[in-house]
Amino acid sequence: MAILVDEKTKVLVQGITGGYGGKHAELSIDYGTQIVAGVTPGKGGRVFEHGEVVVPVFDTVEEAVKQTGATASAIFVPPAFASDAILEAVDAGVSLVVAITEGIPVRDMMKVKAAMAGSPTRLVGPNCPGIVTPGRGEDSHGGCRIGIAPGYIHKRGRVGIVSRSGTLTYEAVWQTTQLGFGQSTCVGIGGDPINGTSHLDALQLFNEDDETEAIVMIGEIGGTAEEEAAAWAKEHGRKPIAAFIAGATAPPGRRMGHAGAIVSGGKGTAQAKKEALKAAGIAVAETPAEIGTTLAQAAGWA
Amino acid sequence: MNIHEYQAKELFDQFAVANPQGAVATTAEEAEQAAGRLGAGTLVVKAQVHAGGRGKGTFKNGFQGGVHLVKSAAEAGEIAGKMLGETLVTKQTGEAGKRVRKVMIGEAVDIAHEYYLAILMDRAASCPVIVASTEGGMDIEEVAARTPEKILRERVHPLMGLQPYEVRKLTAGLGFKGEQAKAFGKLLRNLFRLFLERDCSMVEINPLVATPDGQVLALDAKFGFDDNALYRQPEILAMRDTDEEDPREVAASEHSLNYIGLDGNIACLVNGAGLAMATMDIIKHYGGEPANFLDVGGGATQEQVAAAFKIILTDPNVKGILVNIFGGIMDCDVIAHGVVAACKEVGLSLPLVVRLEGNNVAAGRKTLAASGLNLIAADDLADAAEKAVAAIAS
Repeated sequence: MAILVDEKTKVLVQGITGGYGGKHAELSIDYGTQIVAGVTPGKGGRVFEHGEVVVPVFDTVEEAVKQTGATASAIFVPPAFASDAILEAVDAGVSLVVAITEGIPVRDMMKVKAAMAGSPTRLVGPNCPGIVTPGRGEDSHGGCRIGIAPGYIHKRGRVGIVSRSGTLTYEAVWQTTQLGFGQSTCVGIGGDPINGTSHLDALQLFNEDDETEAIVMIGEIGGTAEEEAAAWAKEHGRKPIAAFIAGATAPPGRRMGHAGAIVSGGKGTAQAKKEALKAAGIAVAETPAEIGTTLAQAAGWA
Repeated sequence: MNIHEYQAKELFDQFAVANPQGAVATTAEEAEQAAGRLGAGTLVVKAQVHAGGRGKGTFKNGFQGGVHLVKSAAEAGEIAGKMLGETLVTKQTGEAGKRVRKVMIGEAVDIAHEYYLAILMDRAASCPVIVASTEGGMDIEEVAARTPEKILRERVHPLMGLQPYEVRKLTAGLGFKGEQAKAFGKLLRNLFRLFLERDCSMVEINPLVATPDGQVLALDAKFGFDDNALYRQPEILAMRDTDEEDPREVAASEHSLNYIGLDGNIACLVNGAGLAMATMDIIKHYGGEPANFLDVGGGATQEQVAAAFKIILTDPNVKGILVNIFGGIMDCDVIAHGVVAACKEVGLSLPLVVRLEGNNVAAGRKTLAASGLNLIAADDLADAAEKAVAAIAS
């Protein structure tokens, strides 16, 4: 069944007329994803064309949802306008908002998160590669790709992947594709200190998903989200989990690219996270090259 | 981004966060004049560098200490003259030390008690948290470990903001009464406003002091700012002092590269922050030491790769380079051409291990092999790290 999205999910793109949003809307269309609408304030009435596909552009998310029945939104809006775009999608009743935008101020995200309390809408990201539920065609064509991940590296299968990092997600996807396991759904939750969906949220969803037989969790230094997920998995996890934590060699107090990747006051070290994961019975890959093989052993597929 | 102590004072003054009077000076004459304006009594002269441990530091000219108490304006000028233009070495600056370009002259304050007060972003709760303690002037991590009951924490609702009852709780918790309670309440409300309005990720006052005459003053401050919000904080951005930063990091930021220098000898150039960290980790795993963190971002152009190589090569410790690119959307052949052209442009002579994976990788590998350059091609991440470690050993 996969989680969050499947091949039938109708997706709208906020910021489809921008260069970045447009390019990735095209790649999603090529992948076979149902891109049904675009939203750019002031450009309603235009169309976004790619090959045979013609996507209507609306001024507001509300209108786009009413006209097309879109249930998921990909946000490719510049940082200064991104929190407004997220809240507009929430207001329009979209059930899933995936914020790709990198560089949203923390204060804005703090308010967005508080404003979303009690809302049925799920936020994934920001500063994330998005979500892919691979299709069953050649090079996983026919799946749902929301965001910026390369589609062809996937293969429909039995591993659920959740990660804070884009390129490390692709490493894990690629390794599990090469080993023949494939993925149910891959969720990039993003590298910012305040985000929507957490590692724990994703583990809970994968735990309930019939198609997901094992889980890969990729974390990095900073915060305690991995530890919280591990504590939950120890009590409730029904599926084997393999993990990798990046940043063992990162100097303390320095922001390692991602806004959230920082060891502060001795908290959030790779070592502490690895120990917490191991204590919860999660198999921890020693290097990023061994994510796939560590999973194979944990799942008894080796 | 870090700011100087005198800049922190400017922010405090702007937001009416009570702190001792002071002024900044760039010459001994200015220091003497500033001291004269501050009036009689004991003053303090402090070297302005982005590093802790100034008081116990030593100048390369032999002068001891980056923080001095003085009794007169003339003495303030004399001490400032011994600091300005000189290089201060503290336990945080490394051997190279930091050149002192400015000094701050402040009034020395009588202290009745030292407290700790900080506001930071609580990631897990997604809201600001105020941390306070009666045990100020020492390492707060130690206080938290030894006497956790002496650390007060108050989470503030992101949309409601700081509430009067929260101020009352902290005031009572720290034991402030009467005029001091009023002074502390005002300072806390103003500090919270500063934290939000200037997009701080952290502001830490250690110590916050009560004086015998009932004032509550911020005696020192450490600020952290949300880099993502700097676009809307021109005043904060203007406080950036690139003289205090690693010149390689400054050069990298000019090319939209994310570089952090480390102590090892295997440089790495990677696309994506997570993969860049993981590449450092795997170098270490195979017995090497990474020389840097370097994320060239999602779409590495030839210009960026060339700029990255140049920055890497300014580090004399670097003995070899590992390029690790997972070309998801980008064509690996385009990246390969970029790497080859950049190598030729900078005349690279160090061993270079390249691991390419992803879109059109076969063509990319072919381009590398046909380049005539002395490249070491790697099949996967582990192979790349092993080969990089082996290359610098031979």
